[in-house]
Amino acid sequence: MERNIPLTVEFTGGLEMLFSNQRVHKISIPARDDRKEPSNVGFLIKHLCDNLMKDPRKEMFVIDDSIRPGVLVLINDADWELEGEDRYELQPNDNIVFVSTLHGG
Amino acid sequence: MPAAEPDETLEAQKARLEEQIRAKERQLQTLKANLLNLDQGIRNGSHAADEYKRYGRQLIMPTMGLQGQLRLKQAKVLVVGVGGLGCPAATYLAGAGVGTLGLMDGDVVELSNLHRQIAHSTDRVGMSKADSAYKSLRALLSYQCLSRLNPLVEYNLHKFHVSPENALAIFNSYDLILDCTDHPTSRYLISDACVLTGKTLVSASALKTEGQLIVLNDPPRPPGDLSGGPCYRCIFPKPPPAESVLSCGEGGILGPVVGTMGVLQALEAIKLLSRPRAEATPESMGNGTSDEPPKASMLMFSAYNNPQFRTARLRSRRSNCAVCSSTPSITKASLDSGSLDYVAFCGVAIPVNILPHSLRLSPTEFAILPNAARGTLIDVRDETQFAICAVPESVNVPWTGNAASWLAHAEEAGVLDDEDSACKYIVCRFGNDSQLAAKAIIDRSGGTTEKVKDIKGGFQSWREEVDPQWPDY
Ligand SMILES: [Zn+2]
Repeated sequence: MERNIPLTVEFTGGLEMLFSNQRVHKISIPARDDRKEPSNVGFLIKHLCDNLMKDPRKEMFVIDDSIRPGVLVLINDADWELEGEDRYELQPNDNIVFVSTLHGG
Repeated sequence: MPAAEPDETLEAQKARLEEQIRAKERQLQTLKANLLNLDQGIRNGSHAADEYKRYGRQLIMPTMGLQGQLRLKQAKVLVVGVGGLGCPAATYLAGAGVGTLGLMDGDVVELSNLHRQIAHSTDRVGMSKADSAYKSLRALLSYQCLSRLNPLVEYNLHKFHVSPENALAIFNSYDLILDCTDHPTSRYLISDACVLTGKTLVSASALKTEGQLIVLNDPPRPPGDLSGGPCYRCIFPKPPPAESVLSCGEGGILGPVVGTMGVLQALEAIKLLSRPRAEATPESMGNGTSDEPPKASMLMFSAYNNPQFRTARLRSRRSNCAVCSSTPSITKASLDSGSLDYVAFCGVAIPVNILPHSLRLSPTEFAILPNAARGTLIDVRDETQFAICAVPESVNVPWTGNAASWLAHAEEAGVLDDEDSACKYIVCRFGNDSQLAAKAIIDRSGGTTEKVKDIKGGFQSWREEVDPQWPDY
């Protein structure tokens, strides 16, 4: 009975501008990707680009199919590098945050 | 507790003896500290007695104590960038009794700084920021003794920007560095120099209503030593594209937001400097245990979000980091030789220049057009800026970052209706977006229309050439 995974996705540090100026999005994505593999964060990012992102400036979020430099991806408040990066398999109610680094001072 | 209980095991006796020794050692430390303080008191006249009173409120906390206060007094801290972050950070560090404070900034005070850069003032517009902050801090924290103003803090003023040529020599004479600058180029440089000189770095940034804070290279260990904390490059190996970097001048900033981040930097610095040397582990913000390599963490502040604060656990040192790994490409030698170009590394957002000369008009040329020839003036700044000031009868169609979506908005606003009749003039804040919008209309017409023109240099030039009363925000 695994059809969809409910997730909380957040955008901050200016990235929310690319997602209808909305910081928190409650979404649900298919539990399996196109190749019937369990959905991972890589699949989520593609899903966000295709479905959630209305702004045409894709390159502010993704460059060459990966997250652009200067954006941290947090999986339940941990850097995704601690969790297997884009290969992390999503669990119900995971909190995924995309943070653009700030430089002003 | 009795001296020795009859059925006490040897282990228990040993533990008790060890605890007694530790207690004596603590006592000895306190005595030594008192001695040191008296020595200083003798050297500085009435200074010491004054300091008990001045620092009393923080002195009586167990996390500080006399030991912590004396460590602060012996500490040398460099604040790189004396702006929105550096002003509050330096003020609280000076107030807390840090012994030596370096103030490094090559900029001068501007009017647009004053809403947030609280160590500067209106009468010091045009003065070096290092000088200006020094004047404020000295006035705030010096005391009158023997009819002479004695500074409690020793200040070093570095009235220039941090550069690959000067960073190592200057950082070497400090214990802790605060990155209070405002651009990726300086952030990478400062982090590299901290790794190469073995200094911990407290780095903060802010924009609009948000701020971020990371303590890096904590503990500071030589390149290749994985028991050291990660550096800026471990977390961000590649710089962000130059087009994605917004300055406070472009994006805006709330004073208390950047102030909060600067105060938090001072707080982290005080925690790092006052902690006993023995427990020099990343306990200030991180959560590393002794067995695994220390990880950094990032504190994120978002003024309009609930909750306002959250902390993210970040990674440990990167085994192939360009500066802190065992195979670094960035070394003292490469920094000293000036062969590292941080500006090229981070890239530069190139000013837009996409229209032929014939389709661009200076503000003066626009201003002398007869009213009938002015056609439609399309202002592509965002709504907030348009509401601050606008040319009468201009139409606001904010640039969306993309031709197709902007054209859709422009059509909705009705400014594209009279395609061939009236001329359209496009204006923005600096003269970049206006060219992109003009080009969008030209391309839509198949590249044929000559009736779309961009106003060169935007409202910035407009104010310089035509209307000095135009708000200089
Ligand atoms: Zn590193």
